[in-house]
Amino acid sequence: MEVKESILLSGNPSCQGCPHSLGLRALGLALDDPVVIIPAGCSTIVAGIHPKATINAPVLHVPFASAPAVASGIASAFRREGKKKQIVVWMGDGGADIGFATISGAAVRNEDIIVIVSDNEAYMNTGIQSSGTTFWKAKTTTSPTGKSEERKDLAAIMLMHRVPYVATASVGYLPDFINKLEKAKKIRGFRFIQLHSPCPPGWRFDSSKTVEIARMAVKCGAWILWEFDGKLSFSPASRPYKDKMKRTGLTEYLRAQGRFKGIDDSDIETIEKNIDMQWKFLEAFENF
Amino acid sequence: MSGRTIMTGNQAVAEAVRLARTEVVAAYPITPQTVIVEKLAEMVDSGLLDAEFIRVESEHSALAAVYGSAVAGKRSFTATSSHGLLYMYEMIWWVANARVPLVMVVVTRTIGPPWNIHTDHTDLLTMRDSGWIIAMAENVQEAFDLTINGFRISEEVSLPYTAGMDAFQLSHTSEVVDLLEQQYVDEFLPERRQSYVFGEEAFTVGCIGPNEYTARLRKDTFEALKNTEKVVDKVSREYEEITGRNCGLLEEYRLDDAEYAVVMMGAWSGDAKDAIDELRKESLPIGLLKLRYIRPMPYKKIQKLLDGKQVLVLDRDCSMGAGGILGVEVKNCVEATNIIAGIGGIDVGVDDFIKMFRVFSEGKLEVEKNGVYWWPPEIYDKGMR
Ligand code: SF4
Ligand SMILES: [Mg+2]
Repeated sequence: MEVKESILLSGNPSCQGCPHSLGLRALGLALDDPVVIIPAGCSTIVAGIHPKATINAPVLHVPFASAPAVASGIASAFRREGKKKQIVVWMGDGGADIGFATISGAAVRNEDIIVIVSDNEAYMNTGIQSSGTTFWKAKTTTSPTGKSEERKDLAAIMLMHRVPYVATASVGYLPDFINKLEKAKKIRGFRFIQLHSPCPPGWRFDSSKTVEIARMAVKCGAWILWEFDGKLSFSPASRPYKDKMKRTGLTEYLRAQGRFKGIDDSDIETIEKNIDMQWKFLEAFENF
Repeated sequence: MSGRTIMTGNQAVAEAVRLARTEVVAAYPITPQTVIVEKLAEMVDSGLLDAEFIRVESEHSALAAVYGSAVAGKRSFTATSSHGLLYMYEMIWWVANARVPLVMVVVTRTIGPPWNIHTDHTDLLTMRDSGWIIAMAENVQEAFDLTINGFRISEEVSLPYTAGMDAFQLSHTSEVVDLLEQQYVDEFLPERRQSYVFGEEAFTVGCIGPNEYTARLRKDTFEALKNTEKVVDKVSREYEEITGRNCGLLEEYRLDDAEYAVVMMGAWSGDAKDAIDELRKESLPIGLLKLRYIRPMPYKKIQKLLDGKQVLVLDRDCSMGAGGILGVEVKNCVEATNIIAGIGGIDVGVDDFIKMFRVFSEGKLEVEKNGVYWWPPEIYDKGMR
């Protein structure tokens, strides 16, 4: 059996238990020959500080809101040379907020790129500020008493762009993420994956628990794994939780994270309702 | 198409981009640049230009996309104006600091508010400190020539290049222009070179580094742009050998024996030359030094050419709190009087120049306390409501 080398080298300067490290490692296992475009964010640092580099691939650091546009230009250049490399944008939810028009534009043009949003539900690199995907009631430094609005569903928004491939994934289920990348790499055009990335310092949980927290999010239904490749389907790890009765541990999931300190039972009830709605919404697409 | 023809500045720029065998174009429309984008899209669609056209969703993405294609080794072009330029401002600096050759045409247009689509030069000059090579055309021919020169110079020094041309006065005005035949452009413009190409080997571009590393890179860029002076000299001489047209850093007009020297750039220089011809008939010893390049700024040459003359710098732009931008620049090497005129596209014609130059030569130009003269005075006196 061929064992692929990880593209993420050891000794990278991420925090302990960093979800991006897990995601990048999986990326290297799935893709043969990627070039990686990274806008500002935690991964700017994870990728290493000169003269050290931790990603064993061509890496281009670019301004915050620009990554999918830069990738579009690279795709044009590669096409003219017949170069077959996978062009991967590796960004956070911050890049996805500030650069949303850029992601949307690249999707509309069906650019031949893979955009991965490693979503840790806040602007972590600047020290935990609220983002468009920050969970309702989650405390951040710009929502010190808890975020007052619902998170947006980025992957669903991308689905509405009618691109060939959209999926969600989780660092708690890396084989599923790798499968999705394997599938995505065989498709030409715009491919989008939103990777759920629980962040120990940002969410206030112990750095040994990244995978555990990520799995709890899936089991309680708060993070739903699905993919669209012409048809929307729930991924195996999430499929059981279509049945609401099978979803477990929402309270435990929330209580395990310092960012939800102080939420009460009625808040949890509201969150549960929102989760139900999210499932119904996606089921409607599954049955479409 | 080749040989002598009649076209607008926007069309001529599109022709230059085609003749340069540009491989990637990304652009977002803005008045008065739009026609450049449309022409290039047409050329790509019809196969006249073998290139990729990326229909980006903003100017920020336009420059980001050509940054991507250029860093990956392809000759790339974009164009913008005014607010579009300001919207891409972050990328302007990124592209220069990354030392990536590419060409952008800026159709100079007033910055709002109030909304105003007419020419002044402040937008182009916001790029002054960024590390771009900055040229400015006087007429449609120069807009064409500078665009071609731009690719050559940019790729030779690994710095991005912009050529400005005035809104409407050039972008939408038809003039006679000599298009170069393809074989001559090919001769003049060798295959693209650049200091590094992204995408093949596993190396990282733009990562965090020690502060000393950043400082060293800045100094490198500074020196590269300074050295571009020599490269412009060399390349423009070569271009002149092929075309008979000089596109060097400076143009002297009846300057040799002049006691009074006007310094300016852009389309209105043509009218200023006419005014100088008129005044020469009255034996007023006046001449003009046209700046074709703002970066690199050939201070030493300017000083030498203006030495001993009474200097008037005309600005169609303003550095708030300082003065006309060219005025500020020229005062680096000689004493000068500074007039700001033509802001917001106000017409400044031959008669205005005659009046201005006469008052200046008579020493009657009342410079305001802050050292700048705003022309024409009546606009500012009455105070429009
Ligand atoms: S803050 Fe979170 S996402 Fe950022 S490097 Fe640390 S663990 Fe990773
Ligand atoms: Mg984030």
